[in-house]
Amino acid sequence: MPAWTIYISFLGAAALALLPPESRRAARITALLTALAGLAIALCGAVQYERQVPPGALVDLVNVSWIADLGIRYHLAADGISITLVLLTGIAAVAGVLFSWNIEHRTREFFALYLALIGGVYGVFLSFDLFLLFVFYEIAIIPKYFLIAFWGSTRREYGAMKLALYSLVGSAMVLIGLIAAFVVSGSRTFDLPELAKFPFPPAFQHWAFLLVFVGFAVLAGLWPFHTWAPTGHVAAPTAASMLLAGVVMKLGAYGGLRVAMTLFPDGLRFWQNEIALLAVIGIVYGGTVALVQRDLKFVIGYSSVSHMGFVLLGLMTLTQIGLSGAVLQMFSHGIVAGLLFAVVGRMIYDRTHTRELSELQPMNLSVLAPFAAVTFVLAGAASMGLPGFSGFIAELQVLVGAWSVFPRLTIFAGVGILVGIAFMLRVWIKTLFAENDSKSAAIRIEPISIPERAGAFLLLGATLLIGLWPGLLLDLITPTLHSPLFQPLWKGGSP
Amino acid sequence: MVVRMKMFPFLTFLTLVPLLGGVAALLASSHTKLPRRIAFAASLLALAGAALLWAEFDTGRAGWQFVERVAWVPSLGIDYHLGIDGLGLLMVLLSALIVPFAMLASWNIGPNPKLYFALILFLEAGLFGTFTALNFVHWFIYWELGLIPAFFLIKIWGGPRRTRAANQFFIYTLAGSVAMLLAFLALYAATGLFDFGQLAGLARNDGLENALFARLGGSFFKSKETLAAVIFLGVFLGFAVKAPLMPFHTWLPSAYAEAPTGTAMLLTGAMSKMGVYGFLRILLPLFPAQMRAMQTPLLCLAVVTIVFSAAAALAQRDLKRMAAYSSLNHIGYCLLGIFAAVQLTGPAAAWTTEKAAALNGVMLQMFNHGLTASALFYFVGLIEQRSGGLRGLDDFGGLRKAAPVFCGLMGITLFASLGLPGLNGFVSEFLIFKGSLPLVGWAAAVSTLGLLITAVFLLAILQRVFSGPLQNRWTGWKDLTTGERLTLAPVIALMFLLGICPQILISVSNPAALAILNHF
Repeated sequence: MPAWTIYISFLGAAALALLPPESRRAARITALLTALAGLAIALCGAVQYERQVPPGALVDLVNVSWIADLGIRYHLAADGISITLVLLTGIAAVAGVLFSWNIEHRTREFFALYLALIGGVYGVFLSFDLFLLFVFYEIAIIPKYFLIAFWGSTRREYGAMKLALYSLVGSAMVLIGLIAAFVVSGSRTFDLPELAKFPFPPAFQHWAFLLVFVGFAVLAGLWPFHTWAPTGHVAAPTAASMLLAGVVMKLGAYGGLRVAMTLFPDGLRFWQNEIALLAVIGIVYGGTVALVQRDLKFVIGYSSVSHMGFVLLGLMTLTQIGLSGAVLQMFSHGIVAGLLFAVVGRMIYDRTHTRELSELQPMNLSVLAPFAAVTFVLAGAASMGLPGFSGFIAELQVLVGAWSVFPRLTIFAGVGILVGIAFMLRVWIKTLFAENDSKSAAIRIEPISIPERAGAFLLLGATLLIGLWPGLLLDLITPTLHSPLFQPLWKGGSP
Repeated sequence: MVVRMKMFPFLTFLTLVPLLGGVAALLASSHTKLPRRIAFAASLLALAGAALLWAEFDTGRAGWQFVERVAWVPSLGIDYHLGIDGLGLLMVLLSALIVPFAMLASWNIGPNPKLYFALILFLEAGLFGTFTALNFVHWFIYWELGLIPAFFLIKIWGGPRRTRAANQFFIYTLAGSVAMLLAFLALYAATGLFDFGQLAGLARNDGLENALFARLGGSFFKSKETLAAVIFLGVFLGFAVKAPLMPFHTWLPSAYAEAPTGTAMLLTGAMSKMGVYGFLRILLPLFPAQMRAMQTPLLCLAVVTIVFSAAAALAQRDLKRMAAYSSLNHIGYCLLGIFAAVQLTGPAAAWTTEKAAALNGVMLQMFNHGLTASALFYFVGLIEQRSGGLRGLDDFGGLRKAAPVFCGLMGITLFASLGLPGLNGFVSEFLIFKGSLPLVGWAAAVSTLGLLITAVFLLAILQRVFSGPLQNRWTGWKDLTTGERLTLAPVIALMFLLGICPQILISVSNPAALAILNHF
C-alpha cells in the first residue's frame, strides 16, 4: 500500500504536465489533491503497519527482478523507520503545496517538478534495493536544481549549482562505495537485506563506510560539507526550502543509517568518534553562525545545520535510544524547519519583500501580521527544543544516548542547545517587536491566506502531537531497531 | 465523596482549567471586556479547585495523595505521574491565590489585554503542573511552560528597558534549564529512570552515585564523587538561577523592575517558588550526599544572598527595585533553612526537631513570602499608577495625610515583610532561625544581619513615602478605591490569620517536612 505514495506522486506530476499551461488554478488543485492522496496513503499505510504486522518487521511491498543480469531488483519494502519518514514526506508535501499557493510564474511546471521530487523522496524511503534507492535519490536531486534555478530568489543560480554539485559529488562517493560492496561481496545482488548479511572484511569496511556515509551525510549537512545548505535554502522558493530542509536533508541521514551503517558496522565503529565530533561541531557552529546572520532566511538555514547535527550525533552513539532519537529528530526537524521556512519565506518575505533583520524590525510584525508572529513564536519554541514539542523528546533521546558514549561531547551539545535558544530569541526580538511603533502604521500587507493558515495548523499540529504523544512514532521506530537488519549494529556493545 | 475524588484525575483537571481558560480568553472577541472576564473567572475557578483540593487533602497521612499514574511513553519508561504532598499543596494554593490577585492588579493593562490575561493563565498552568508532576519529563514541560509567557509578559508590557530585561531573564533561566536537562539525561542514561520517587529511592544508599559511575565513569570522570558532583551541579544550576541564589541572581532586579505590576507579582510570588520547590523536592532527596559535601559553600551562598541583597535594597532609590532585592533577601532565608537541614549531626531526636522546624519554616516562608511580596509589588504598582510613573524613594513624602488607608495597609504589608510578630512573616522566619541556629550557628548568626538591614530599609520606605511634609503636587493623592480595598482585604486578612494561627499551614507542611527528613 505505501508504494502507491510513489506512483501517485509521479502520476500527479504527469497529469500536471498534460494540463494546459495557463490553468494555474487547476494545477494548484491537482498538486494539492496529489499531495493529500499521498499523505492519506501514508497514514493508512502507517495504521495498517501498526495493526497487522509484528512490531518492527520488514514488510515487502514489491519484489520483482528488474535487471536480472546484475541482480538488480525492484524491491520496495517498509519498516517502522521508512513509515515514519514516509509520513513526514506526506505532511511536508501537503504543507509545501499550501504554502506555494501564490506561485503565478509557470505554476504547472513548478508543481510538476515539485511532485516529481516528492515521488523520488518517497522512493528513497521505501527502496530496499541499493540500485533502486540510488535511482530515486538522483530523481530527488534533479527537480531540486530546477526548482531553485527557475523559481528561486537571492543568488539562485549560484545556490542551485552549489547544491547540485555537492549532491552529485556526494552521490558519486555513494555510488563508488556501493559498487565496491557489490564487487567485494561477490554475491551478485544489490538487495540490501541480502548484502547486509555478508561479512565485509574490516579493512574494506573502514574506507567503504567513510565513503558511503560521508557521501550521504553531505546531504544531511554534515560539517564541514554543509556549505550548500544555507545558500541553497536561501536561494530556494519557499516550498523548495521547506522540502530541502524538511525531507531532502533527511535523505542524507536516512541513507547513512539505512545503507552505510547496516552494511559496514565495523567501519562505523572505527569512525564513530570522529564523525560524532564533526556532528557536535556542526551543532555548535551552525548555531553560532546563525546568531550573527543579518538575513532571516540564513538564520533558519544555519539552524538546520545545527539541528541535523543532533541527528548525526544520535546515529553515532550506536545505542538504541540514540538511534531512535535520531530518527525522531529527522521527523521533528522536518516539520519544524518546514514551518520556519514557511513563516520566513511565505508569510514574511512574500509580503514585506525583505528578509534583512534591520529592515524588518521597524515593521513590528507582531502588530502587522499577528498570525505570522504567533506561528513564528511557536515554531521558534519548537526549534529551541522546548518540551511539549517534538524536538524535545528527540533531542532528549539523542543526548541520553550520547551521555553514555561521549560524555565530553554531550556537554558541548548542551552548549549548542543554548546557542540555538539565543539565535531564535534574537530573531524574535528583531522581527516581532519594533522599538517605536511610528512606522508600522504606515505599512499595509495582505492578510495571511486560508491555505497558509491550514498549512501552519497542519505542521504545528504534527509537532505538538508528537511532542505530547511521542509513543505514536516511537512505537514504530524502536521495535524496528531490533529487527534483523539492524542486528549488526548491536554486535559490539550493549544496546 | 472522598472515594470518588481520589479516583477522579483531579490534578490534571486543575491544570487544565487555566490552560483552557487561556484559550477561551484568546478566542473571545477582543473589543469587549469578555476576555478579561473569562480569564478572571477561570482563575477563580482554579482557586476554588485548589481550595477543594485542600479540603479533601488528608493531613494525617504521609506520602502522595491524589496520585495519577498512567504509562505515557512506554518505550522510554516514562509515566504520566502526578501527586501532591503538603509542600505541593501549599504551592498550588499559593499560585491559585496570587493569579487572581495579579489579574486585578493589571486589570486595565494595554495594549492587547486579551493576550496578557491568556499568558497569565498559561503561566498558572505551568505553575500547577510544576508543583504536581512527579516525573521529570512532564515536570520539565510545565517548568518551561512558565517561561515563554513570562518572557512575553515582560517583553510586551514591560517598562522602558524591557527588551534587555526579558532577554536576560530568558537566557539565564534557559541556561540553567539546559544544565539541569543534561544532568537529568545523564541520570536517565545511567538508571533508565525519570521518576523522582524512584530516583530518590536509588539515591538513599548511594545507589545513584554508583549507577552513574558504572555507566558514565571512565576516562573523563575518574572518580565517583567528581561525576556525582558534576551531575549535582547541573541540577543545582537550574534551581539556583530560578530561585535565585547569588551569584545567579543578576537577571532578577531588572526583570522584576521592568515587568508590569501583575507580572512582577507572579514572578516573585509564585515563580521564584519554583526554584525553592526544586531544592526541596528534587535536590534534597536525589543528592543528599552531595548537598552535605558542599554544605559550607552552599550556606555561604545563602548567607551572601541574604546579607548582600538586603544591603543592595538599602542602597536603591527605586521602590520597585527595593521590593525586588527584598524579595531576593526573603528567598535567601528559605535556602538557608534548606541548607541547614542537610547538616549531619548524630542520631539525636533533638536534631530532627530542629531540622523539622527549619524545613517547616522554609515551606511557610515560601507561602508567606508569596503573599507579602506580591502585595508589596501591588502597592508599588499603585504608587506608580497614581504618580504617573514615578516610583523613586525621594519623590514622595507625607502621603499618610492624603491617603491614610493606603498608608495603613501598605504599612501592614511592610511590617509583615520585615517579620513583625503577629503577622505571617514572623512565624516562618522564626522557625527557620530556630532550626538553623543550633544546626549551623555561624551562618544563622551572620544572616541575622540581613534581618536587621531589612528592617532598616523597609522602615525607610514607610518613613520617606508616608511621613514628613506632604509635597504640593501630591495633595490630590487618591486613597484606595473600594475595588482596591476589596482586592487587598483577603490578602491582608490572610497575613493576620497566618500570623496568629500558623497551625493552619503547619498541619499541612509538617508531614511533608518529616517525610523529606526521613528520607535521608
